[in-house]
Amino acid sequence: MADLAITPGHGAVEAHDEHATTTGLPNTKIAMWLFLASECLLFGALITTYVLYRGASGTGPYPADVFDIPYTSVSSFVLLASSLTMVLALASAQKRDVARMRLWLLATAMLGLTFVGGQVYEFTTFYDEGLAISTNLFGTTFYVLTGFHGVHVTVGILMLLSLVGFSTADRLPDDAAFPVEMVGLYWHFVDIVWIIIFTVVYLIPTPAPAPV
Amino acid sequence: MASVTVPATGGRGLLRRPTAVTGFWSWLTTVDHKKIGIMYGVAAFVFFIIGGLEALLIRAQLAQPDGTLVNADQYNQIFTMHGITMIFLFVMPMSSALFNYLIPLMIGARDVAFPRINAYSFWAFLFGGLFLYSSFFLGGAPNGGWFGYAPNSTTDPSIGMTFYALGLLITGIASTAGAVNLAVTVINMRAPGMTLFRMPVFVWMGLVVQFLLVFSLPIITVALFQLLFDRRWDTAFFDPTRGGDPILWQHLFWLFGHPEVYILILPAFGVFSEVLPVFSRKPLFGYQFVVFSGIAIGFIGFGVWAHHMFAAGLGPVANTAFGISTAIIAIPTGVKIFNWMGTMYGGDIRFTSAMLFSVGGVAMFVIGGLSGVTHAIVPSDYQQTDTYYIVAHFHYVLFGGAIFGIFSAFYYWWPKAFGRRLGEAMGKVQFWILIVGFNLAFGPMHILGLQGMIRREYTYPESLGLTLWNQVSTVGAFLIAFAVVMFMVNVARTHLKPRGEAVEDPWDARTLEWMTTSPPPVHNFDEIPTVHALDEYWHRKYVEDERTGTLVPAQAGASDDHDAAHADGHGSIHLPSPSFWPLVASIGLPIMGYGVLYSWWLVGLGALVALVGFYGWALEPSVAEG
Repeated sequence: MADLAITPGHGAVEAHDEHATTTGLPNTKIAMWLFLASECLLFGALITTYVLYRGASGTGPYPADVFDIPYTSVSSFVLLASSLTMVLALASAQKRDVARMRLWLLATAMLGLTFVGGQVYEFTTFYDEGLAISTNLFGTTFYVLTGFHGVHVTVGILMLLSLVGFSTADRLPDDAAFPVEMVGLYWHFVDIVWIIIFTVVYLIPTPAPAPV
Repeated sequence: MASVTVPATGGRGLLRRPTAVTGFWSWLTTVDHKKIGIMYGVAAFVFFIIGGLEALLIRAQLAQPDGTLVNADQYNQIFTMHGITMIFLFVMPMSSALFNYLIPLMIGARDVAFPRINAYSFWAFLFGGLFLYSSFFLGGAPNGGWFGYAPNSTTDPSIGMTFYALGLLITGIASTAGAVNLAVTVINMRAPGMTLFRMPVFVWMGLVVQFLLVFSLPIITVALFQLLFDRRWDTAFFDPTRGGDPILWQHLFWLFGHPEVYILILPAFGVFSEVLPVFSRKPLFGYQFVVFSGIAIGFIGFGVWAHHMFAAGLGPVANTAFGISTAIIAIPTGVKIFNWMGTMYGGDIRFTSAMLFSVGGVAMFVIGGLSGVTHAIVPSDYQQTDTYYIVAHFHYVLFGGAIFGIFSAFYYWWPKAFGRRLGEAMGKVQFWILIVGFNLAFGPMHILGLQGMIRREYTYPESLGLTLWNQVSTVGAFLIAFAVVMFMVNVARTHLKPRGEAVEDPWDARTLEWMTTSPPPVHNFDEIPTVHALDEYWHRKYVEDERTGTLVPAQAGASDDHDAAHADGHGSIHLPSPSFWPLVASIGLPIMGYGVLYSWWLVGLGALVALVGFYGWALEPSVAEG
């Protein structure tokens, strides 16, 4: 039997392992896809709940009373633009252009922050107009669905800023493309989910409330 | 032989990785799938004892008419915690224990894909369970059943159901992380030559279970958040007075809850499929049928949830559709039963304790499966629903299937994990006491249910004529408890005695985990085996004599030639260092939970602890530095 030295350390474990895997894909990538598949079901259940309860509120305010579609369209566009900067960040990382990579990551985070800031402003405005989370079913389903999405964006921003921080502190591997790609997968997912939420919640008109 | 070099401690202060491989700290910081598996097993077994004591309280209360041992409110808390404990804190984590310990060994891997996430899963599960049980001291345990039906669960004024929502959210995080981890392990970390259809059935069932978890847990996560919001922030999800609908809770809950049934039972199917061939000295009959029927169960399991809601008023069309889909799912399950019978047919059967528990488990599961089919027929379900008939049914499938499977796994794999065989004689006595007690406890519940005894009722008057069978059932419950105590005595005796015979391959087994030493070294295999066939290890030990068709032992070492070429090549094996950050990160979860109950600043503190944990995790060096 061969003499083996077993050293605790990285192995077939951490993302940047060079050991062969069964599929040839890194473990982290498969894990991220599985996690996102799971997230699909999470948002699926939230969106389904919203759709089921559309027009079920007996009392106002109703969606038409509070929504400012042009305003939300702009902040949606800001979020979608962040997918572009995310792609540019990954491209820079693949070219090992660390400075540009940090710049695009920061830009992505800033666009995300703008979106979340817009959501906070929107929530405050709606609240002032009389729509609290407990006011009616619309408030309940609207705040919970969009709030969950907002939390996801916030987590994404945290990951983006962490990437920039780790990069500055020289704690990323020389080839940073892989962690950037992983955060990118998450970020694009959150953006795509917003397209669905924006369409379902804001763009499709809610039926008129049933007379009580 | 292998030598383990552990660098001296030192490095970057707080971020240096711990190196202890023995002692107290090694358990708190371990990322070794085998140690984590054992910790999962020990914690789950402790919860099993607690859940069992709750069951005994229930049976003691119902042992005579007009029982006064506990009052109605206490009874609600006891049966709710019994259900939650057995499902979320015993069977699921015990399955995690088996998967964690066995899957890397069975597929020829050094560890799971993400060892630190594995540790995080364990700690999150443990803290979630402790969090749930702390409710007994903080104003009352959950009291709305393990299914937490709205609006009862949303309007109950006690704090219990808030604990329920938060506690299950925490254990849900543990299960999701664990499921992704194990799924990636099976998909991506198999030994050379270990194709999907050379994997042991236990690994296959494990893979199906992980996918069920990945796709069903987010649904109950949403439901639990909605319940939490309704209770804590007065939202209207399940409030009919504001347009909400309690039936939505049932849909979301059972859309998770029905796949959950298969999450609980498929691991036992995996155990049966490993144990029966070994002790019948035959390959598993119809391996591919067993695998594909398991996958089919996984798929159909998502399409039958509303059979839990026949009496909720969904209408005849929905009830018919779900009645049919429920009857259909009995087919792949039946396929498995016939495969196991075919495996034993004509076999050279050895009735070891492990074999007895597997055969008994299959038999009991068949009874539970048959009563399950009677629920698929809507009119008969109308009669049975919410009676003890249902209680009898799910104890036959969950206790008769899952728990017998778990005991079979204990007796079969104990030598692998601890290097000692559990006492066989005592194991057999335990089996017979358990199966008698089990049938005494749950068999009469069929009759009680058909007599009209309603489940969750905390007492009954003598005039209903329910006394006799309730007393029989109580006697059975205490026999079960006696059998479990016997098991613990068996474990204690086994480990107090000096180590007996060598147990590298005590059962003449078929699968890879028996190729390494018992217990396995920290690196699992000195050389990762190359796999050429299903039941690889068996084929290395035996070759078929072409003239007579009989099996003869293979020449020692004859089939090992291939391995040298696949030796690790690096001259050293890299294993992950221990880490205390998973523990830190998971402590944040219960703190946040208490924060939601009591104060926002605790939420902030919990989030901070979790964040510190995750950043420490991300920044710590991958190697313990010298």
